[in-house]
Amino acid sequence: MNSVISIANLSKTYESGFQALKNVSLDIENGEIIALLGPNGAGKTTLISIVCGIVNASAGKVSVNGYDIVKDYRQARASIGLVPQELHTETFETVWNTLAFSRGLFGKGPDPEHLEKVLRSLSLWDKKDNKIMTLSGGMKRRVMIGKALAHEPEILFLDEPTAGVDVELRKDMWQVVRELRESGVTIILTTHYIEEAEEMADRIGIINKGEIILVEDKRALMQKLGEKRLILHLSQPLEAIPEALEPFNLSLKDGGLNLVYTYDVQQDSSDITSLLDAIENAGIKFRDLETMQNSLESIFVNLVKK
Amino acid sequence: MNFHAIKAIYKFEMARTWRTIAQSIVSPVVSTSLYFVVFGSAIGSRMSDIGGVSYGAFLVPGLIMMSLLTQSISNASFGIYFPRFTGTIYEVLSAPVSPTEIVLGYVGAAATKAIMVGSIILVTATLFVDMHIMHPLSMLLFLVMTAMTFSMFGFIIGIWADNFEKLNIIPLLIVMPLTFLGGSFYSISMLPEFWQKVSLFNPVVYLVSGFRWSFYEISDVKVSISFLMTLFFLSVCIVVLHWIFKTGYRLKN
Repeated sequence: MNSVISIANLSKTYESGFQALKNVSLDIENGEIIALLGPNGAGKTTLISIVCGIVNASAGKVSVNGYDIVKDYRQARASIGLVPQELHTETFETVWNTLAFSRGLFGKGPDPEHLEKVLRSLSLWDKKDNKIMTLSGGMKRRVMIGKALAHEPEILFLDEPTAGVDVELRKDMWQVVRELRESGVTIILTTHYIEEAEEMADRIGIINKGEIILVEDKRALMQKLGEKRLILHLSQPLEAIPEALEPFNLSLKDGGLNLVYTYDVQQDSSDITSLLDAIENAGIKFRDLETMQNSLESIFVNLVKK
Repeated sequence: MNFHAIKAIYKFEMARTWRTIAQSIVSPVVSTSLYFVVFGSAIGSRMSDIGGVSYGAFLVPGLIMMSLLTQSISNASFGIYFPRFTGTIYEVLSAPVSPTEIVLGYVGAAATKAIMVGSIILVTATLFVDMHIMHPLSMLLFLVMTAMTFSMFGFIIGIWADNFEKLNIIPLLIVMPLTFLGGSFYSISMLPEFWQKVSLFNPVVYLVSGFRWSFYEISDVKVSISFLMTLFFLSVCIVVLHWIFKTGYRLKN
């Protein structure tokens, strides 16, 4: 895959002395959805703001489609759409006018058909003549997405796009994002909602204290870092774990009815076979068994805690 | 040159004028008409001619220039301060737009509004006083140059200000007194010699003088000096704006 955005050794120290980014390097591939996860103040928004030209970098280089964001800012910025975290809207303007403004600002001539398509895809067509001040928070959020899409960008930055949006609308937005990806748009998403990253992203980047801790394919990440639990639902409750099973570090739950074995997915699976053999030899009967894998959230929390 | 962007900013800014027509156009026209009634007709009728021009007619260029200055500054400063205040400036900063295009869009719209107000005042003035314009091209040149210069100045104030108080402090505490003391209502030759010399440090003197010369061929300073000084103020504003965009002062962290 080709990189559409290449970030090399990027650092940012604000005037206050706060170092928001420390030597960050990242390549974003064409057509992917990459989710940047990180706690508040991790540097996600600073990273996006530098790529989009809103914040000046202290050191490092960023290129978009091969164009340097400082030297060739016109070409670099023309292909980017940005949906910022805050709801920054022109309160007194109509939805249509604010989208038309965004399109013009990015050097594109009027195209009412495209704006109609964008507004319809965001379920805003019937609100096109409404002033933005009359819209609900969720609708304003969609207007922000519409503005970012008005100039047909190849790359879309979504900085916490579903913050404060109800569940139904969030799912609608996920659908919009999926459709955009299908049309070839590369999407960089920052989110606090782990399930959003889990649901949408192809790759996950975890950023903490201005550093990228890891960037991995989502499935590989969950497999590689995820702990798994094997839960045996026993036919009869156990009072204590038999001596023969002690090497497996098992735990008893739910009044001795569930026997829990925690293991790493990377580990050799023969341990499970040995465990099941040992259980049979100990005369313990179980009526059912299940395995549970860690969510992205627990992986994230574990990484950020380190 | 990203002409679509210039047009988009210009149109967006002008849309505010039409949305707030009473505040943008009607209000300055009403207040200036009051100046004509009070100073031109009531007090002016008891005053002698200045340089062979009736006091009412003498006032016209000064009043137009006063409105032009205040309108240019307030339109441009608000035009850029408001998106900074609401946060919508992110879109302009992230767009493929050069500083020149941003300035042309915002300053162009602010200057247009100011010239519209100035022109309406000029038309309104004909209802109160008998007047004529001897050098219409020169008048137009001073009108446009002053509107552009002070719109740029207003744009600089709008970037410098980080609250509404600062946004108003320079227009109210500096520009307004300079305008009143800049010969809008009198010829500086009417002042004692010392104050005439002090007045020459007031930039508004050159603007009003040059503009008035275009109407009646009477001026406090030579018209060529007025023209050069206006050009100088324009250049200073361009240099400051260049520095602002180069450093990202108050625009980018």
